[in-house]
Amino acid sequence: MPSHNTLEESTRSTAHDDDSRPMQLTLNVWRQAGPTEPGRFVTYQHQNVSEHMSFLEMLDVLNEDLILRGDEPIAYDHDCREGICGMCGMMINGIAHGPQRATATCQLHMRHFKDGDTITIEPWRARAFPIVKDLVVRRGSLDRIVEAGGYISVNTGAAPEANNIPVPKPNADRSFEAAQCIQCGACVAACPNASAMLFLAAKAGHLGLLPQGQPERYRRTVDMVAEHDKQGFGACTNMGECEAVCPKEISIDFIARLNRDLIRAKLTNPSGY
Amino acid sequence: MAIDSTTVAPPRIAPTMPRTRPFTEAPPDTLDSKIPEGPIDRKWELRQFEYKLVNPANKRRFKIIVVGSGLAGGAAAAALAELGFNVDCFCYQDSPRRAHSIAAQGGINAAKNYRNDGDSVFRLFYDTVKGGDFRAREANVYRLAELSTNIIDQCVAQGVPFAREYGGLLDTRSFGGAQVSRTFYARGQTGQQLLVGVYQSMCRQIGHGRIRMNPRTEMLDVVVADGRARGIVTRDMLTGEIRSHVGDVVVMATGGYSNVFYLSTNAKGCNVTATWRAHKRGAFFGNPCYTQIHPTCIPVSGDYQSKLTLMSESLRNDGRVWVPKTRGDKRSPAEIPESERDYFLERRYPSYGNLAPRDIASRAAKAVCDEELGVGPGGLGVYLDFSDAMRRLGVASIRERYGNLFDMYQRITGENPYEVPMRIYPAVHYTMGGLWVDYNLESTIPGLFVGGEANFSDHGANRLGASALMQGLADGYFVLPASVTDYLGRTKLDAVDENHPAFMDVEREAEHRVRRLLEIDGRRTVDSFHRELGKLMWDYCGMARNRAGLEHALSQIPAIREEFWRNVKVPGSAGDLNQSAEQANRVADYLEFAELMVTDALHREESCGGHFREESQSEDGEALRDDERFAYVAAWQYNGDGVPILHKEPLTFDNVHLATRSYK
Ligand SMILES: Cc1cc2nc3c(=O)[nH]c(=O)nc-3n(C[C@H](O)[C@H](O)[C@H](O)COP(=O)(O)OP(=O)(O)OC[C@H]3O[C@@H](n4cnc5c(N)ncnc54)[C@H](O)[C@@H]3O)c2cc1C
Ligand code: SF4
Ligand code: FES
Repeated sequence: MPSHNTLEESTRSTAHDDDSRPMQLTLNVWRQAGPTEPGRFVTYQHQNVSEHMSFLEMLDVLNEDLILRGDEPIAYDHDCREGICGMCGMMINGIAHGPQRATATCQLHMRHFKDGDTITIEPWRARAFPIVKDLVVRRGSLDRIVEAGGYISVNTGAAPEANNIPVPKPNADRSFEAAQCIQCGACVAACPNASAMLFLAAKAGHLGLLPQGQPERYRRTVDMVAEHDKQGFGACTNMGECEAVCPKEISIDFIARLNRDLIRAKLTNPSGY
Repeated sequence: MAIDSTTVAPPRIAPTMPRTRPFTEAPPDTLDSKIPEGPIDRKWELRQFEYKLVNPANKRRFKIIVVGSGLAGGAAAAALAELGFNVDCFCYQDSPRRAHSIAAQGGINAAKNYRNDGDSVFRLFYDTVKGGDFRAREANVYRLAELSTNIIDQCVAQGVPFAREYGGLLDTRSFGGAQVSRTFYARGQTGQQLLVGVYQSMCRQIGHGRIRMNPRTEMLDVVVADGRARGIVTRDMLTGEIRSHVGDVVVMATGGYSNVFYLSTNAKGCNVTATWRAHKRGAFFGNPCYTQIHPTCIPVSGDYQSKLTLMSESLRNDGRVWVPKTRGDKRSPAEIPESERDYFLERRYPSYGNLAPRDIASRAAKAVCDEELGVGPGGLGVYLDFSDAMRRLGVASIRERYGNLFDMYQRITGENPYEVPMRIYPAVHYTMGGLWVDYNLESTIPGLFVGGEANFSDHGANRLGASALMQGLADGYFVLPASVTDYLGRTKLDAVDENHPAFMDVEREAEHRVRRLLEIDGRRTVDSFHRELGKLMWDYCGMARNRAGLEHALSQIPAIREEFWRNVKVPGSAGDLNQSAEQANRVADYLEFAELMVTDALHREESCGGHFREESQSEDGEALRDDERFAYVAAWQYNGDGVPILHKEPLTFDNVHLATRSYK
């Protein structure tokens, strides 16, 4: 299991002080020009890192330098930079999203590193996530899983009054916990089998815990699992690496729940859906 | 290049510039807003009855292009596909579920009146018109309030896990200056939960083959063939391929343009490209100067800052905003006694206090920082202090309410807000301006419909909290499906394909432009230009604006633009993933758009909502509207190399009495 810092360990409780000196880092970054090109690590010395920078800002500054030097900047995905869109993600020293627990790459800050550190940066690696360039991968395979059944079939305009169906608060809260998944793919990147089972289980749990999700509960689960396998994700063998890196702390208990639903689906409909 | 948009005070500009009008004015009555006849509460019903329908068997013969997969675009794509149309949907992220709507935290308004606290459709309508400082169209706002209740029903049926009470029914809270509790929420993640609902509906239609989703595909232009919007030209962000997409109608829901300021709370990829290119092809731009500054954001920490982070304004329900009473007070906040603190919102706005609307709270914070009373690096921050609330309610209940926000703050600043007060500062957050649309959400280009933040919309000069999500979904789920169907039902469309000269021309232009950007090979990065523009806009067209500053900005923008096209360095090639080229293309458009935004701000010689003109304020610093001269929507027409042309859509208020906003 990768070791993670907790938020408390690594923050100060004093007011903001401004006397931080720049850190110097050595970065080993995976560079790959295109999907079929060979990739390799390239080493960069970064002289000018402030502890208040985010990890991506640290790379931004490096990229500005690279551009002015006439090199191509490092390609990496990002958008919201608030830890919610799920666009960012890289392996940082072998850990998906880096050393900070429950934190997406864009929310990781440089105060968690020390002057003189060497940091290795790689893309997500999984059969179902082919590399596009440098740290950018394709993750459409996750969308395919949702398209295979990760929804409730209700047409616009056909909805009953919202408060007609009460949902016990514990169920609603549990459903919300699963629904927090940002579809980043870190769970896949961390899994030795490159399985997307935590992601899939989160979707199944989110919908399957609500009364609205009951009519399609078993079919949804079976269809999503079939698509998961078809997309080239590996099988889940309960290693637990996924839970450790998940920026939204999705619990591996959802995988157990998913497995129970799969068994029940087979019992109730042995011929399959 | 290290230009930091918010830590350096702008130099004062002496008002010596010549007073020329950088625009011309069209004769009156050029705009038809197509507001239905009838009383306000029947207009939408009557309009829906007037709408033409399309025979179910014919629907699959039409192709609808939807640009954007946020709440507005995604909902429209799903709803139109459910009706049986073929939809081609586009977004620049790698999955439609990542559209910037995902980042909304606080909540979504709806006039359900579940609390029995006196809410109603009319009250939501009234609050929104008043909150927008009487610069929105009454009929649109009423429809929005009416549809708000259907949205909640729809979302719950899709499985959106809204917060609930112990009895199992939906919970609500009061938000952003509303005196009723009408905001539905999903912890601090309302946007993500609503967007996942939209995304799932889209996925269902993608699975059924009725939506063809094109992620990582950036719209570069809209194509107008024979007087109608008939498609778009895009760049495949993975391969660089530029190509045309032909359809029968185009819906754009491409979000807002806050990133014209470089630093904002918007995602890095948010752009004005789609709307600006449409503008250049004939769509009028409405009220570009109306931008919203959000009071509770994390202050800038250094010149590498790449974006700003919002913290939900729900924090103001329990946090108290203050600064030290004396300049240069360097003591830590805990050492400053009560008597030496200025709770300036409570002092200036006794009845609303810390819950004063966004524009007012933001300006008040700027005012104390201008007096050099601000806290933190550069003095650009004020305290948001929870110690009273923690004493009163206990730390546990504060953790329950705001735990995730406190964690986020701690993650970014390295400070523990349970022990030291947060520091906050206003940041650009939302743009009320956008493409002008009529009541049917159709722009001035026939067949080009615009929804969500991309249109000039229903929020007037200031948007109330929790109203953008509502508007995006109202447009997407309910208005666009009806009005787009009507357009297809009543319009005779000629056969057009990719070989139509209009498509060929636009494609060529787009290719040429990308090539040119790559060929300049100058000495400055794209970001350095973006920062320079952003700083200029923030200093002179930001929270407070005046004639001299705006004229200064207007004189500077062309110079930055000129240097950009001469001296920008865009590495790499056009034929693969090239994030510098993507960004260069967006910044080039911001450099043009900024000029229109400043022109609009300059022409509007009044203060209203998010637009504050220093010349137009009362003795105690409150905004002064000028209803005599400015009760209109400013819709700008592109005029090539000439100055833009101003069209005015007069606003009339028959149901809400035009009055001065007061939150004292
Ligand atoms: C941090 C934050 C918090 C917020 N909190 C709230 C809140 O609590 N309540 C509330 O009501 N509102 C809130 N808002 C405002 C609200 O989230 C947005 O106004 C709203 O979600 C916009 O939705 P949209 O569908 O119009 O656009 P977006 O969600 O921005 O979607 C735009 C879509 O267009 C696509 N696109 C853009 N340009 C192109 C192009 N050139 N080519 C192809 N595709 C393109 C994008 O890929 C994306 O799919 C918040 C905003 C921010 C920034
Ligand atoms: S389960 Fe966690 S790690 Fe996996 S995709 Fe969702 S948020 Fe990312
Ligand atoms: S960039 Fe959006 S989650 Fe990191």
